Amino acid sequence: MTNNTFEPKILGFLCNWCCYAAADSAGVARFQYPPNIRAIRVMCTGRMDPLFIIDAFCVGTDGVFVGG
Amino acid sequence: MGHFTARVRRQPRYIDGDLCTACGICATYCPVIISDDYNEGLAPTKGLHRDYAQAVPASFYIDPALCLFHKHEMCRICVSACQAQAINLYEREEMLDLKVGAVILAPGFGRISEEVLSRYGYGRLPDVVTGMEFERMTSASGPTIGKVLRPSDAQHPNRVAFLQCIGTRDVSCGNGYCSSVCCMYAIKEAVVAKEHDPDLEISIFYLDMRTQGKEFDYARLRAKEKGIRFVRSRVAGVQGKGKLLEISYVDEAGKHLEESFDMVVLPEGLESPRDAQSLAKATGIDLNHYDFCSTRPFSPLETTRPGILVAGAFQGPKDVPESVTDASGAAALAAEVLKEVRGTEIETKTYPAEIEIDEEPRIGVFVCSCGTNIGGVVDVQAVADYAATLDNVVFADTNLYSCAQNTQEAITEKIKENRLNRVVVAACTPRTHEPLFQETLKDAGLNRCLFEMANTRDHCSWVHATLPKEATQKSKDLTRMAVAKARRLQPLPEEKLPVTQKALVIGGGMAGMAAALNIAGQGFECFLVEESRELGGNLRRMRFTLSGDDPKQVLQDTEAKVSSHPLIHVYTNACVERVSGYVGNFITSIRTQDRSETLEHGVFVVATGGKPYEPKQYLYGKSRQVVTQGELEERLTRPEEAKGINDVVMIQCVGSRGEDLSYCSKVCCGQAVKNALKMLELNPSAHITVLYRDMRTYGFAEDYYQLAREKGVMFVSFEKDHPPEVTEKEGSIQVEFLDKILGEKVVLEPDLLALSVGIVPSQSEALSKILKTPLTGDGFFLEAHPKLRPVEFSVEGVYLCGLAHGPKPISESVAQAKAAAGKACIPLAKGYVTVEPIVSSVDTDTCIGCGICESLCPYSAIRMIRVAKKKKAETISASCKGCGICAAHCPSFSISMGGFTNEQILSQIRALAASD
Repeated sequence: MTNNTFEPKILGFLCNWCCYAAADSAGVARFQYPPNIRAIRVMCTGRMDPLFIIDAFCVGTDGVFVGG
Repeated sequence: MGHFTARVRRQPRYIDGDLCTACGICATYCPVIISDDYNEGLAPTKGLHRDYAQAVPASFYIDPALCLFHKHEMCRICVSACQAQAINLYEREEMLDLKVGAVILAPGFGRISEEVLSRYGYGRLPDVVTGMEFERMTSASGPTIGKVLRPSDAQHPNRVAFLQCIGTRDVSCGNGYCSSVCCMYAIKEAVVAKEHDPDLEISIFYLDMRTQGKEFDYARLRAKEKGIRFVRSRVAGVQGKGKLLEISYVDEAGKHLEESFDMVVLPEGLESPRDAQSLAKATGIDLNHYDFCSTRPFSPLETTRPGILVAGAFQGPKDVPESVTDASGAAALAAEVLKEVRGTEIETKTYPAEIEIDEEPRIGVFVCSCGTNIGGVVDVQAVADYAATLDNVVFADTNLYSCAQNTQEAITEKIKENRLNRVVVAACTPRTHEPLFQETLKDAGLNRCLFEMANTRDHCSWVHATLPKEATQKSKDLTRMAVAKARRLQPLPEEKLPVTQKALVIGGGMAGMAAALNIAGQGFECFLVEESRELGGNLRRMRFTLSGDDPKQVLQDTEAKVSSHPLIHVYTNACVERVSGYVGNFITSIRTQDRSETLEHGVFVVATGGKPYEPKQYLYGKSRQVVTQGELEERLTRPEEAKGINDVVMIQCVGSRGEDLSYCSKVCCGQAVKNALKMLELNPSAHITVLYRDMRTYGFAEDYYQLAREKGVMFVSFEKDHPPEVTEKEGSIQVEFLDKILGEKVVLEPDLLALSVGIVPSQSEALSKILKTPLTGDGFFLEAHPKLRPVEFSVEGVYLCGLAHGPKPISESVAQAKAAAGKACIPLAKGYVTVEPIVSSVDTDTCIGCGICESLCPYSAIRMIRVAKKKKAETISASCKGCGICAAHCPSFSISMGGFTNEQILSQIRALAASD
């Protein structure tokens, strides 16, 4: 453990067909990763409006992950 | 044909697939540890297991040969561990008599024996591994999590050698054929390994690099750029030398060399399935001399017994795209046989009428334990209690298994009891379970779009197994976000659009005719539009085949069938001018010599074909002694003329593979061998020299290459940078080339020089603009996905086959044509297309008609219309895939996505910020 106790709150936008499916597969394979991300499913990352990212930061999200 | 009884032996799984939730707890408790076949024995698994995570069905099974209960009547731990009570250790084998109209054989391929592999040290030297083992190692979900490790010491190797043609192109082990896929899969594995470890030195020892598939040569070039070394050689053997492996080989100049490596990979070939003979006996079909299914080139998916069809590697070694294509093609042929009984065994489910919902959301939240899958990590009760405190949530509870049949009924009751009008399930992934819960909503009289899931298993409990506190918090957050979205969910209509049950096939060559015959054979009307004045395409120029089939006869028969079929309408001298509409409802204008006609149809099949490349090099057109292989084939129909030709040189890859055309045309090597053999048949004393870069007589065509060499045809390789030189002296041609074994230049003065030219696409560019279908950089049509959707386009309702897709031999064209026809008949047979509620919709009041959305839509699903004299966008719902690119780019926020509106997504974002 480090002294740094900062735990970022990360918002993920995951494409239904690839990254969201990959996150499911990570679960099936029981890959362990830090619990800081919360995912929103979109049907394609082409759906990403810059507004979503700005809005996420405005309401206090520390990082945005777009996977597609 | 049409009336078979198939007796099927069904072995027990000992686990009821309907009850099993695939949670895997049984496997966790099973005490029997075995080596995992799926991971090529490189990892352990349990006696009670499923073959791999994506296995279908997803449920687990017990191998009675390993199970302690079946062997010793003890253990039974799995029975008590299974909370779904799905395990039945007393299940019996069943014999089923199935009444069927057609049979499709798809048993796949067999493996090269260890005895053959042992010739290269496999089994004796631990660091000699098979290609399949290496494949598992390089897989991120494999036994070494993607790391390449030497089995002897679990260290990273520095130098790896791949030896090609293992158990294939090897008459000494009985497999004279080429397995077609090993060169490409070796390159793939080498590249993947190199990506994991850029310092890895990889050498591939090969005879001919057979990367003949669509765009495969580019992969080979990329591999070379990445520093992978290709060594044309014959490998004599592998010896252990301390910790190293020494390979002895003979290079192109005939020099004997030795080189040491840390690891040797044997990308083994494909063999006929082990039970091929018993399957042949049970089904009454013939096998070929390698025990693969016997088929003819013009009917590649039909076995020797009518009504019994074949798909995949049992037909001959092949890769995934071709296997998937075969599968659709075989299904299409089966559908012809089953035409009369289509749809007779379908029961249509009925649902109660949809309830009008109140404005005020009344949300029910169901939190799933999934046995202990979620509940073992996440405090599901705390999540449910928390959900109950959220705005608009009027009901919240936990379920042991939310997907179980009785829970579905309970949810239906809760919906009615609490007058729920939005439902949230916190459980697994919507990718697998959303449709199930949406069914439950429909059963309860709710629109299925009033449903949202929080993924608290795959994205939470499974991946944060040691962090219960954090996982519980994350589950609360995900549930809160789902509830926030649920508040804004609206019922969306499920649209069904009628389909004009007719097809239009563009191109009347062998592929187009084969497609039209299947479509008509399935009972649908078909327009066949051919640009030239007669049907047949390239088949018209083909005079004979390697296999001995008569192309002229095939052409005559096929043409007769097409022109006499009452459901096929042939338009020759015709071309497609304009297309409007969408899947199910296309309106196409075609122009023939004297008139224009408008055709209404539901689907397109593109079979526009290709034509031979016209060479400019090697004095073609300047010297009468220089001809193309096609022209030579024509001459060989006149035996007297052929007898006068004594010396022939053939040059391969003329204009191909890095010259005018960057790709390989797949058929030219076979054509050269075919002409060489015919030549020798007519004039046994003829001298024939073939100058080639890689002889790509893949699959069973390798037999004929072998035969040509036995008959004395000389095959001499050259490199791209040192092509042969052709000059004319005193009215006679000279061919000069480097003989690598002699190490010097050789000059031949042949009577005839035959150029093996590739295939170029015809009319693809104009048509791609009309149909809005993409092309590859080489000008062939680009399919939606090479493996998953090889004969479809991303544009709905348009299908692809034949040379228009890429160069290929006629057997592959026919298989692809049947596949495209089969896919095209799906909307025709259904009679309607359903529109998923996730499609986009345009608010015409605010739309400014800029057209950005139309230009960006990858599915051509938006068109510009005029509303009260103003330009407005309109979604073609039947073509829309719901990707949302239009919505993200609309400058006036006029486009909304069903189930993924700006408001819904923003509410999820904001819900994350709100703390509990």
